[in-house]
Amino acid sequence: MSEETLKVFIDGVVNYFRHTSDKDVKVGSPYLVENTHPTVFDYTGIIGVSGPYKGTVYFTAPKILLKHLLLSLGEHETSNENILDIVGEVANTISGNARSEFGQEFMISVPVMIEGPPTSIQMPQELRSYVIPIYWKAYSAAVVICLESSSS
Amino acid sequence: MLRLLIVDDSNIIRRRIERTCSASKFEVVGLASNGLEALSMVSRKDPHVVTMDLTMPKMDGIECVEKIMKRNSAIRILVVSALSDIETGILALEKGARGFLCKPFDDDQLKRALNELVEGLDV
Repeated sequence: MSEETLKVFIDGVVNYFRHTSDKDVKVGSPYLVENTHPTVFDYTGIIGVSGPYKGTVYFTAPKILLKHLLLSLGEHETSNENILDIVGEVANTISGNARSEFGQEFMISVPVMIEGPPTSIQMPQELRSYVIPIYWKAYSAAVVICLESSSS
Repeated sequence: MLRLLIVDDSNIIRRRIERTCSASKFEVVGLASNGLEALSMVSRKDPHVVTMDLTMPKMDGIECVEKIMKRNSAIRILVVSALSDIETGILALEKGARGFLCKPFDDDQLKRALNELVEGLDV
């Protein structure tokens, strides 16, 4: 995966927090991990990708960050249901915004939201993922990109 | 008051749009989480204005816009979606939507987009 491809998702997460909260995110240096040991926090929103790329894009964050994000959006109901909703919405927005670079052939699924680690079906074990660490207020989270070219 | 139907599979987004619009000229008459629910509510609630997500389960927003327009082409639809490519925006407009607001958005952007959408609407 090229640096330009990663930058599309970095721009997506920076743009999301800029529009929806009073504090920008800081982005750490991306790194690679084996999918056998995925990077996950408490909640994860997973988007399936097809078209010129296939794989998954996910946003994973601790419960406290997501509660704080809900409050930033004016949502005072910080139930488990709303926490799952917001983690899916962040993943959906970051992935959907990537179409401004990749075009309409970059097809994304509706989000799947989970509490705890993703399964081996959601994260192909033979592949590796790029982890983009993000820091917002006092919290850490990550955008994780596991994409391969469909032509490969 | 203009009757507004909000369509989005995210409860957070539905409630956010509802909160932003509740203190203005809109009366929120329905909240739908997919295109099928939206079609049913269009029949029952007769909205003047619809905010429409695109990526949704059961029936996506593009298909829903097309079906709403076949039923009542006077309804003004603002697409509110994370799908930010030009082609999708053009497709939504070709199907009958009158405006496109890209997620993420802030409250002022939403208010502006809705005000532009209803300009000249005679109720």
